[in-house]
Amino acid sequence: MPALILFWILAIVCVGAAITMVSSTNPVRSALALVACFLGLAVYYITLSAQFIGAVQVVVYAGAVMVLFLFVIMLLNLGAPVAKPGKNSLQGTAAVVLGAVLLLALFVSGMFFEMPGRAASAATAQAQGTVKAVGLTLYSPSLPWLFPFEATSLLLLVTVVGAIVMTRRQV
Amino acid sequence: MVPVSYYLSLSAILFTIGVVGVLVKRNPIQVFMCIELMLNAANLTFIALGRYFGTSTGEMYVIFALAVAAAEVSVGLGIIVTIFRVRQSIDLDDSALLKS
Repeated sequence: MPALILFWILAIVCVGAAITMVSSTNPVRSALALVACFLGLAVYYITLSAQFIGAVQVVVYAGAVMVLFLFVIMLLNLGAPVAKPGKNSLQGTAAVVLGAVLLLALFVSGMFFEMPGRAASAATAQAQGTVKAVGLTLYSPSLPWLFPFEATSLLLLVTVVGAIVMTRRQV
Repeated sequence: MVPVSYYLSLSAILFTIGVVGVLVKRNPIQVFMCIELMLNAANLTFIALGRYFGTSTGEMYVIFALAVAAAEVSVGLGIIVTIFRVRQSIDLDDSALLKS
């Protein structure tokens, strides 16, 4: 029962923060709402016994990625946005209607889906989320995760070089 | 224990909010934030199903999704900074050079 109460509190926090992010016209306010949403999701990961992912979520998403967002917002110094009436209102209505249709489709498809098997025991799941277990799975030569890991390191290297090349001043 | 369908429903709601935000927002930085929200909704699905089945496959996918999201944000924000430097505006409606 405490798990269910925690779920609902976090659900209200996450959905409320997400709606605040979408409805706000101020980018800084959007970014801070998104941080709240990410922190709520990190608590979800910890309650789902994925402790390592929860910690990484806080460090990478709520930390690094959002600092990057805020840094770019401050760098561009856009000031208050000017509202452009006209087609935007029509666009907004169409987007909300399409979103409602998408949500309905997702829920209806979920209704006809029966989860196979039974939920794993808490002890099994608890052992899976530790740093040791994640590391052993990620670097094990007999599992298929080692090559994607190496490819990811190459991707990050290309990203660093690409970001520097794109944003440096032309001389 | 909370049923896994609750997590999937929450993930669907967050994903839909992200989709609506991408369609509504005219500021590319906020569009990026909505894309991040959609990625996080997918991550929640992976973690919840990994917990349900008792495997670590879901966590592996989330680790790679995190790395790709970080790379995507850094490159995307670099593109936004470059566009701002060239056009002095980042409004998505102003960037319609190909739509002449």
